[in-house]
Amino acid sequence: MKRSNAPLVWSLFGAGGMLAALVGPALVFVTGIAVPAGILMSQDLMRYQRMAGFAHNWLGKIIILAVIVLFLWHAALRIFHMLHDFGIHAGAGAKLVCFGLPLLCTIAAIYWVLMI
Amino acid sequence: MSAQTDKRRPYVRPMDSWWKRDPFFVRYMIMEATSVLVALYAVILLVGLLRLSQGEAAYKGWLEALKSTPSIVLHVVILVVFLYHLWSWFKVMPKTMPMIFVDGKKLPAETITYTGVTVAVVVNVIVLIILV
Repeated sequence: MKRSNAPLVWSLFGAGGMLAALVGPALVFVTGIAVPAGILMSQDLMRYQRMAGFAHNWLGKIIILAVIVLFLWHAALRIFHMLHDFGIHAGAGAKLVCFGLPLLCTIAAIYWVLMI
Repeated sequence: MSAQTDKRRPYVRPMDSWWKRDPFFVRYMIMEATSVLVALYAVILLVGLLRLSQGEAAYKGWLEALKSTPSIVLHVVILVVFLYHLWSWFKVMPKTMPMIFVDGKKLPAETITYTGVTVAVVVNVIVLIILV
């Protein structure tokens, strides 16, 4: 019997959804609003030296990868199912786009985080 | 399924905009649609990671882009969507996890939802405190 890859995608979906609920709002507020606008927080918080230092140690690398990769796979599975809900039936093309793109992004994220 | 060749002309229930028929389906679709902005935020961070790996000048460009008004407005929208995700994630949690029994009674759905939302709010606050 051909082994299904559904459990793997589903666990990535679940982990991503949980992480997005637990840390997502705080992260979006800090990286997208408070720090760039300089409200409540210093714009220095995301300066190059600090972020490069964070991405330099292995724990920082894992946190960065977990957030980007799990958010992407969570979204990928929902978008894939949303296509079906809109009457676009899940063919090879839909699968290629919905799972190929996050796979490419995952490989790119691992490569870039290791370059730092 | 071509209507012209089928002499019986069977009734096929139209599925166009099916999700607009019932507020429950609308809420389901809003929940599913949050994923588009979750993906967008992940891509914004991914670009930031790329720029960070390219050095200080490249990273500063990304930071400047984040400071623009359209970016901040977009992030406010993304924040609202993430908050909705937080709520809807635990709203459906009683249906997505195995049933829990306490003293032979099924744990009520509200208990699971409110516990989850409370934990998530606490974790978000802790993350905020750590980051500041």
